[in-house]
Amino acid sequence: MKIDHSLPLEYSTEENRLKILGFWIFLGAEIMLFATLFAGYFTLANRTGNGPTGAEIFEITPVLIETFLLLASSFTIGLGIHAMRLGNKKAMLTFFAVTLILGLGFLGVEIYDFVVYVHEGAAIQTSAFTSMLLTTLGTHGAHVTVGFFWGLFIILQVRKRGLTPETANKSFIFSLYWHFLDVVWIFIFSFIYMKGMM
Amino acid sequence: MDFFDRFAIPHASPAIYASMVAIVLTSVAIVAGLTYFKKWGYLWREWLTTVDHKRIGIMYLLSALLMLFRGGVDAIMMRAQLAAPESKLLDAQHYNEIFTTHGVVMILFMAMPFIIGFMNFVVPLQIGARDVAFPRLNAISFWLFFMGAMLFNISFVVGGSPDAGWTSYFPLAGNEFSESVGTNYYMIAIQIAGIGTLMTGINFMTTILKMRAPGMTLMKMPMFTWSSLITNAIIVFAFPVLTVLLAMGTMDRLFGTQFFTTENGGMDMLWANFFWVWGHPEVYILILPAFGIYSQVISTFARRNLYGYKSMVWSMVIISLLSFLVWVHHFFTMGQGALANSIFSITTMAIAVPTGVKIFNWLLTLWKGKIVITTPMLYSMLFIPLFTIGGVTGVMLGMSAADYQYHNTMFLVAHFHMVIIPGVVFAMLAGLTFYWPKMFGFMLNERIGKLTAWIIAISTLVAFMPMFFTGLDGQARRMYTYSEATGFGPLNMISFVGALGLAAGFVLLVYNVYYSTRYASRDISADPWDARTLEWATHTPVPSYNFAVEPQVSSEEPLWDAKKNGHELFKGEYKEIHMPNNSGVPFIMSSIFFVWGFSFVFSLWIPLILATIGIFACMTHRSFEKDHGHHISVKEIEETEEKLRGA
Repeated sequence: MKIDHSLPLEYSTEENRLKILGFWIFLGAEIMLFATLFAGYFTLANRTGNGPTGAEIFEITPVLIETFLLLASSFTIGLGIHAMRLGNKKAMLTFFAVTLILGLGFLGVEIYDFVVYVHEGAAIQTSAFTSMLLTTLGTHGAHVTVGFFWGLFIILQVRKRGLTPETANKSFIFSLYWHFLDVVWIFIFSFIYMKGMM
Repeated sequence: MDFFDRFAIPHASPAIYASMVAIVLTSVAIVAGLTYFKKWGYLWREWLTTVDHKRIGIMYLLSALLMLFRGGVDAIMMRAQLAAPESKLLDAQHYNEIFTTHGVVMILFMAMPFIIGFMNFVVPLQIGARDVAFPRLNAISFWLFFMGAMLFNISFVVGGSPDAGWTSYFPLAGNEFSESVGTNYYMIAIQIAGIGTLMTGINFMTTILKMRAPGMTLMKMPMFTWSSLITNAIIVFAFPVLTVLLAMGTMDRLFGTQFFTTENGGMDMLWANFFWVWGHPEVYILILPAFGIYSQVISTFARRNLYGYKSMVWSMVIISLLSFLVWVHHFFTMGQGALANSIFSITTMAIAVPTGVKIFNWLLTLWKGKIVITTPMLYSMLFIPLFTIGGVTGVMLGMSAADYQYHNTMFLVAHFHMVIIPGVVFAMLAGLTFYWPKMFGFMLNERIGKLTAWIIAISTLVAFMPMFFTGLDGQARRMYTYSEATGFGPLNMISFVGALGLAAGFVLLVYNVYYSTRYASRDISADPWDARTLEWATHTPVPSYNFAVEPQVSSEEPLWDAKKNGHELFKGEYKEIHMPNNSGVPFIMSSIFFVWGFSFVFSLWIPLILATIGIFACMTHRSFEKDHGHHISVKEIEETEEKLRGA
């Protein structure tokens, strides 16, 4: 394996560079996935049938908490990658762990939110609007859940194997994924919650 | 016994029972044969666990041929049913199932693996790479496609086939009108295969963007590689739409959501829109690689460089962009209003412009060329006029006002078959004949090959031209029979004869494979067609590492330069080569996906959960696995090269 020391560790081998480009292309596909969900949501947002409307079920407090937690986690994973580039393994692992804990907090609030919706009569079967809402949020939530386990595995590997071109590459790609989920959430916050509450 | 009732066929017939017996017997024969000849180890080591792009390509092609025959049998049954008025050969339900599976199998499980098979085999060789960017992912792509296809194919003997058309429009595809599990199969089998295709898209985009031989700039890539790059970009942007769409359809059918229902705000037109937002680009996913193959074949056998290289590239780029802007033309009659229809009419007709550019470029490549008529060239020559018939009728269908006459008639069916058969199928057969020597080390018989090409071309015209006329006279598609008073009888009988001719053509193709395997000379050079690009610059059979020394490129026809202009392709010494290891995980994980899909179709929740855990376990295993591949030593390369040069 040829290692190019003039580049950051995560870019240092040919294989690593391929993986990073491949992952960017994957994120392109993910953008299309969420764009389709949003297109569906905009189409069905006012088709509430006999069920509640968005304005009736959306609560600002949990949504703000979720937003704060996820945005903060995007910041901490950025710090984690920064620490990785400085070669500070301990700081990196700490920031990654904080990121995942924030992610778990986000998931907790989101699950609480879902339970509240169902109690208020907005289950996934209620109307086209609730089906689409919960599917869009659920897809994002499922991504965060998968990300949680993925991140956990990476923490375990970095702990055991140290910062190698391979583990650095995995960590960097994971950070791209995590930032992406944050971007999607900003769209959810703006175009589902804020728009829905107005 | 209640548990087992769900697996019964809702509309059983003697033909289905016969198929069940045939499937069981074939499976037993395969297992017995493998055991008797002690081939299990060989199968596992050399094929099931392989990550070699060439072997994966060949497996794609074999699966595609298998599916071609499955879809072909469906086609023959349909044409037989329609050959005479008031025919009682099939009942309405059975006919519905057959046209649905025919469409799905031919598009998704025949044409798609065919083009992806060629991409796998040809692209890395054509760009001078040792494999694709992510060989393990490539194996997963193949096995997901394969398991998806198998899951879809068992539907007709376990639980019932889908019957809502390959477009599966809601509310027809909803639980109310499609009670059997058939449409569940549609939603889930295509989902599994679709995930595989999406990964192929990512894999090949990365491969083509990053792994080209030194000197091969983007504008020096061979045309098939260009078409593959653009196709894979379309895959990456179109397939996620399908993923979401199928997930929504699955949830409507199994979890009672309200996306496409007719009450509680559901919107059935959302399905139609999303389906074609994916479905129209899908058409170009099929046709662009076919255009790529024609470009290679035509310039090889006109003994000229491709005319208008840049305009070929740009026309494909424009086609790929326009392909996302035309989806509404599939349902002009479904109530968008005049403005939307006009806009989509214009974008649709605009696609004829870049496509026309390509046709003229091929014609101008032939102009003053020293044309050699070989089987691949014959298919390409037949393609141009026949495809033009399909293309021109496409422009007719694209005019929204006129479309009210053509919509959902046999005219439409004739149009898309005249596009897909000469466009895609001829290209696949041309490509198969063209690349056969590179894959298997001997050539297919030219005499039988040319005869096959003529039979297939003439039969295509005989089978589909009559449909233009019955369609204009008002014969609706997907109707299982018609009365004698309509007068459609004789023309449909002609179509049936054409269908039999097509079947004969494909049987002849198989015979050619058999005949050539037995009698063809094994003593062929690495470049039997006197071709122009890098895939012909390496040995036949291609060594696992493709090229012992990385080739140097200075134009879009490196091999031609090497042969005619003294360009030096292979400079430098042998160096140790790093190659990926084989792995059984892709096959195992995809098998679990099969169980997952099957459990989902029949709402067997406990196996579904177990399979889901199994899939994630495979992914976890991959995350922790340490696999740095292996190295082929210089000595080993020297020995291999020596042996291949001597052969």
